[in-house]
Amino acid sequence: MGLTEADWQAVWLTLRLATLTTLILLVLATPLAWWLAHTRSRLRHAIAAIVALPLVLPPTVLGFYLLLLMGPNGPVGELTQWLGIGTLAFTFTGLVIASVLYSLPFAVQPLQNAFESIGQRPFEVAATLRAGPWDRFLSIALPLARPGLLTACVLTFAHTIGEFGVILMIGGNIPGETKVLSIAIYDHVETLEYGRANLLAAGMLVFSFLVLLGVHLSNRRVRLYRL
Amino acid sequence: MNSSLRILLRSLLGALLVLALPLRAEELRLAVASNFTAAFQQLAPRFEQATGHRLKPSFGSTGKLYAQIRQGAPFEILLAADDQHGKLLIESGLGVPGSEFIYAVGRLVLWSAQPELVGGSHEILASERFRRLAIANPQTAPYGAAAIETLETLGLHETLNSKLVRGENIAQALQFTYSGNAELGFIAWAQLKALPGKQQGSFWLVPEDLHEPIRQEAILLRQGEDSQAAQAFLDFLQSPQTRALLKEWGYDTPEAEPR
Repeated sequence: MGLTEADWQAVWLTLRLATLTTLILLVLATPLAWWLAHTRSRLRHAIAAIVALPLVLPPTVLGFYLLLLMGPNGPVGELTQWLGIGTLAFTFTGLVIASVLYSLPFAVQPLQNAFESIGQRPFEVAATLRAGPWDRFLSIALPLARPGLLTACVLTFAHTIGEFGVILMIGGNIPGETKVLSIAIYDHVETLEYGRANLLAAGMLVFSFLVLLGVHLSNRRVRLYRL
Repeated sequence: MNSSLRILLRSLLGALLVLALPLRAEELRLAVASNFTAAFQQLAPRFEQATGHRLKPSFGSTGKLYAQIRQGAPFEILLAADDQHGKLLIESGLGVPGSEFIYAVGRLVLWSAQPELVGGSHEILASERFRRLAIANPQTAPYGAAAIETLETLGLHETLNSKLVRGENIAQALQFTYSGNAELGFIAWAQLKALPGKQQGSFWLVPEDLHEPIRQEAILLRQGEDSQAAQAFLDFLQSPQTRALLKEWGYDTPEAEPR
């Protein structure tokens, strides 16, 4: 028994969601992590706590507030309606926004750790060699933070693929639009289609294992290389 | 006897009664279809006060509850939203044969939280004045299946398919519509009637000939076979008082069915 067309659709949708979320978070999380790693502002503790919130909050909290915010009477909903794109619940765009929020700590924290572990010394040396701030960031910070960058990408991607609760609350289970893999598995289990559920679930299991294994191996190689 | 002593004695007596109750009172675990949530929560205290038994309901779509019972979930009674899943449970030996009866017949309603959007007819469905129509997942929820059937009878299923939003159960369909994220939703008449008056928006009560009747069956599960509380609850559910209440809350109650 192979995957049905509907199942493939869910797989493809999930991959699209995870890829988009990862790309957006790379752009957003890198400056944020850099700022958190270097600022002495008193705000940094509060911001770091806010970034970490999705780690501890149940997905239902995020789902609940997103539903209210994006609804026709919520501030975000009023804005999107004014812009002429309607409300965002039950849309792919809505899922991307939710995933970016939900996976934020998985992108920021590895990057922040990586930036912090570089320390000030390489930058001071580079500065004496007249490297400008952009140059220092691009030719020192990013290469040295490569393992952190990789971890951030992989964790964000994998975490988005594993998302369930938030999507159950704001997705509306629309095939091809919001019915992602985890929802498809849930539906199969609920309707006792254990064979189809098993196919997708086992696939997820193998995929997740390989991803994590890959991260460990590549991080080790980077460390060896640096020695 | 002075009054403070009397109060003390009375509260002691009360405390004793409360402590003694669990000795003869049973705890009853029920799987209850989501559409019946509001009605159940109104009925439960009446039953508990009358009998001393305690009710522990789990709400969900009928299909989901059925799957849970198949996997050994510890329920004594299932209050389904259809008359199919009870039969399947009897066939698989998990339900007590002959215990099933129709406790209510549900009505489907097309509802919007916006006043005047649904003008008491289904015309809105053929219009462009809405983006999303919430239903319960038809795979697991009988009310969702009835909604799809209604759309098919009206010849609108094809055209509206892309506008459908599926709630995990009928309670989520209500919530999607209530929050305005979906302008329209097919929900249970009883759910709508349980909303506070000011929030009732606009609706169209779906005529009964547009879909198969939603005959909601109660069934005693094997685990409740010897439970006095379970029997008491099933009797309570069929009592004239309960039936009168259910009528008031938006359910039809069939004439006593042959059991």
